[in-house]
Amino acid sequence: MSTRPANNDFTVKIANVNGTGSASANALLMKTFFRMGIPVVGKNYFPSNIQGLPTWYEIRVSGEGYLARSGRIDVMVAMNAETYHKDLEEVAPGGYLLYDSTWPRAKTLHRDDISVIGIPLAKMCNEQFDTARSRVLMKNVAYVGAIAALLDLDLEVIRDSLRQTFAAKAHLADANQQAIELGYNYIKSNYQCPLPFQAIADNKTADHVMIDGNTATALGCLYAGATVGAWYPITPSTSVMDAFKGFCEKYRVDPETGDNNFAIIQAEDELAAAGMVLGAGWSGARAFTPTSGPGISLMNEFLGYGYFTEIPAVFIDVQRCGPSTGMPTRTQQADVMSCAYASHGDTRHVLLFPANPEECFYMAVQAFDLAEQLQTPVIMLTDLDIGMNDWMAADFKWDDAYKPSRGKVLGVKELEEIEQFHRYLDSDGDAVTYRTLPGVHPKGAYFTRGSGHNMYGAYTEDANEYQEIVDRLRRKWETAKCYVPQVEQEYSEQYGTGIIAYGSSDGAVREARDQLQKAGVGTNYLRVKAFPFTDDVQDFLDAHDRIYVVEQNRDAQLHNLLLLETRVSQEKLISILHYNGLPINAAVITDRISQEVDKVVAA
Amino acid sequence: MSYISKPRIIHKGLAQNELGLTVRDYEGGMSTLCAGCGHDSVTGALVQAAFELNIPPHRMAKLSGIGCSSKTPAYFLRQSHGFNSVHGRMPSVATGANAANGSLAYVGVSGDGDTLSIGMGQFTHAVRRNLNMLYIIENNGVYGLTKGQFSASADLGSTAKKGAANQQPPIDPCQLVLALGGSFAARSFSGDKQQLIPLIKAGLSHRGFAVIDVISPCVTFNDHEGSTKSYKFTREHYHPAIHTDYVPPSQEILADYEAGSAMPVEMHDGSKIVLRKVGGDYDPTDRSAALTSLQQAQAAGEIVTGLLYIDESKPEMQELNKMPSDALATMDYGKLCPGNEQLQSLQDRFR
Repeated sequence: MSTRPANNDFTVKIANVNGTGSASANALLMKTFFRMGIPVVGKNYFPSNIQGLPTWYEIRVSGEGYLARSGRIDVMVAMNAETYHKDLEEVAPGGYLLYDSTWPRAKTLHRDDISVIGIPLAKMCNEQFDTARSRVLMKNVAYVGAIAALLDLDLEVIRDSLRQTFAAKAHLADANQQAIELGYNYIKSNYQCPLPFQAIADNKTADHVMIDGNTATALGCLYAGATVGAWYPITPSTSVMDAFKGFCEKYRVDPETGDNNFAIIQAEDELAAAGMVLGAGWSGARAFTPTSGPGISLMNEFLGYGYFTEIPAVFIDVQRCGPSTGMPTRTQQADVMSCAYASHGDTRHVLLFPANPEECFYMAVQAFDLAEQLQTPVIMLTDLDIGMNDWMAADFKWDDAYKPSRGKVLGVKELEEIEQFHRYLDSDGDAVTYRTLPGVHPKGAYFTRGSGHNMYGAYTEDANEYQEIVDRLRRKWETAKCYVPQVEQEYSEQYGTGIIAYGSSDGAVREARDQLQKAGVGTNYLRVKAFPFTDDVQDFLDAHDRIYVVEQNRDAQLHNLLLLETRVSQEKLISILHYNGLPINAAVITDRISQEVDKVVAA
Repeated sequence: MSYISKPRIIHKGLAQNELGLTVRDYEGGMSTLCAGCGHDSVTGALVQAAFELNIPPHRMAKLSGIGCSSKTPAYFLRQSHGFNSVHGRMPSVATGANAANGSLAYVGVSGDGDTLSIGMGQFTHAVRRNLNMLYIIENNGVYGLTKGQFSASADLGSTAKKGAANQQPPIDPCQLVLALGGSFAARSFSGDKQQLIPLIKAGLSHRGFAVIDVISPCVTFNDHEGSTKSYKFTREHYHPAIHTDYVPPSQEILADYEAGSAMPVEMHDGSKIVLRKVGGDYDPTDRSAALTSLQQAQAAGEIVTGLLYIDESKPEMQELNKMPSDALATMDYGKLCPGNEQLQSLQDRFR
């Protein structure tokens, strides 16, 4: 983001009160930019609360398509008296603050370097609407009208959206339309419109959708053929199962029998959710559980069980701010370490790191394939920023030729042909053994146990037999490297500085690299998409003298994982960390790398 | 779980069931429990019941948690898939397995520690869910593998081997099942196969969560004078309230029951359970009366046994969730994936 706003390059932030219907007003605003063909991204900063606490929504309009949080607020819509003071402070010099002038502003709150726009939203809505609830709701819709005037939004697009949203409730469409006009007309007649920066219709959102990562993940689970979903509600992952349920009700109810071709089980806690997923995976179903950090802590016991007994299962960790309860409605990438080696004993788990909703969709499918190919729990780590915020994503496409990779499962025919079945015998040499499903054939029976077992599936306390199993699991980890998604990288031999990032830090890194490039600092970039690390990661580390590892946690978890799992020397890696709960922005990275570059130049 | 493979000896003339299998086909590995352990009798009863019910062994799945009792699935039904899960978590695994494939007969074996302490949460929710399985608690009031601590089912005043008396009230799984709205609660004694085998058959035929609390004495840590879970104490304080006969689907009720004394219950698979009052006026279909009766017996230090409560009308998990009769686990992918055309049209709502 440049230092000044320009056409199709600005940020609008709305400060509001939770539970007042602001979400639909903000969605309307987002949709308007999107439908005008202008790339836009929305970040919701909401409280862990149902009604009454402050909530913010930040809309970044970026003609260049940058996806990270903006570091600059150009227009603040201050609808919450409680946070007014802070909201005023946050406006960038030269920016605008819109407030409800029904009540006077405190005189002490003043800034000479911004423009203040008063609009009597409450007064106008009280006069226009009858019920207390509609007055509160319409006040929010009215500010959308005000912004439409200030930024020259297409009113016809807004009207269409309202008609579509309230197709079944014409009176609501009318009320909303009236509220839009109240805001729009007041601003038009009292202020000079539009502002020096405006929304200019474009065509950059064609073939794109505006979607959150949790919905995309749910869609991935649907398309992967997942049949059993077990979960315990937890922010910010809850909407994964809500969305999955919605899709299943639409696409998985047998038209003839009315049967549900899916099972969604709300468990008593996360321990049970994990157990259900393993029970279903053991039986041959594609099963998953969405959760967040506190849930992963509880699921550790079964993650270790699944690893040791080799049961396919998909865990989706929509990370939030830890430790402990932390900040449930704020984002972080702080579960990387606890997932990588979850549970006691020698364990290691396959992790996937989608960077945006599009990857949530495709990687959710991959997660099920990997889990069955490798016969192990796979954890897909998204976060609140990806999972719950509104992102622009290229249309999802599906290859109808796709067939699920069910891994090495012996059926009736194969079992008839063999003399005896041994569950943990590495007959192919790739450390992945054959399994059978319950109920298929008497010869397929075996005993799954978290206690010591040998390659034949029998109980053991024998030193060599036990070690054979854990050594093979270590070899299976090497096999996993051939299956997990490869890195994404941008590399040029002329640059000696590299950046490594993963997940939702990607947008900020891309923007920072553009900023650095403009300042004459070229960088290479590698985005890790999975753990175990593929060979490309080692190559990238070897190819650079200085590598910045960008992540959203305090303890440099990916950095440490790289030190543990590659041959990189500690001196090469420099962490850039952001962990206050808000999504990372480009400035965090650009500033830090610029400082380091300056230091080098000064030296 | 330790197990030693047992030589498979088939005597000529050994009775065969309708599948042409003998009772040996329903056995498992050699038990490594202490000689005289009540659990081995329960294992034997399970083998006999599955044999007599003509269940193809591979169409059963056996699950357990952790503890002496949870080792036993290795000792029966060697041709069934087994799942020895983590401590107290078997109900969740069984729930997932059942959701994936509801066509199998599920039997879970747990203990008083596994069910009433570490696994209390999962147990109660399996009851609520009315998960279709037989859940046997081998109840001995003591932690055996860790050498003799009281469990949550130890009675007030019951003494440990070294003399200390238990001071906390016991949790009675049958009362719990009744209070939670469960559909099947039975109690028996490992030393009474005549009673236990029909109860296991009834539990396997029941469509829903069938709990059998089996007093199964621990010969090593809880069979002494002063223990209320010893063989001696159990025999002395043991009162069958209801006698249960199991009648297979194809058979008529042949036994001659005195008018008014017998109550046949039709099971979902067409079999019948004939319940006969042994003494007093116990009604196994009246939840609150059954609960009162159990509480009174407990206060008097008496052990009431038999099929204590049954409600065959309650929907089980699969029915409640309208799940298909085909196993989800092996459902054709074509039925599960809506395809690209649907994907393109459903994305319109995100524009």
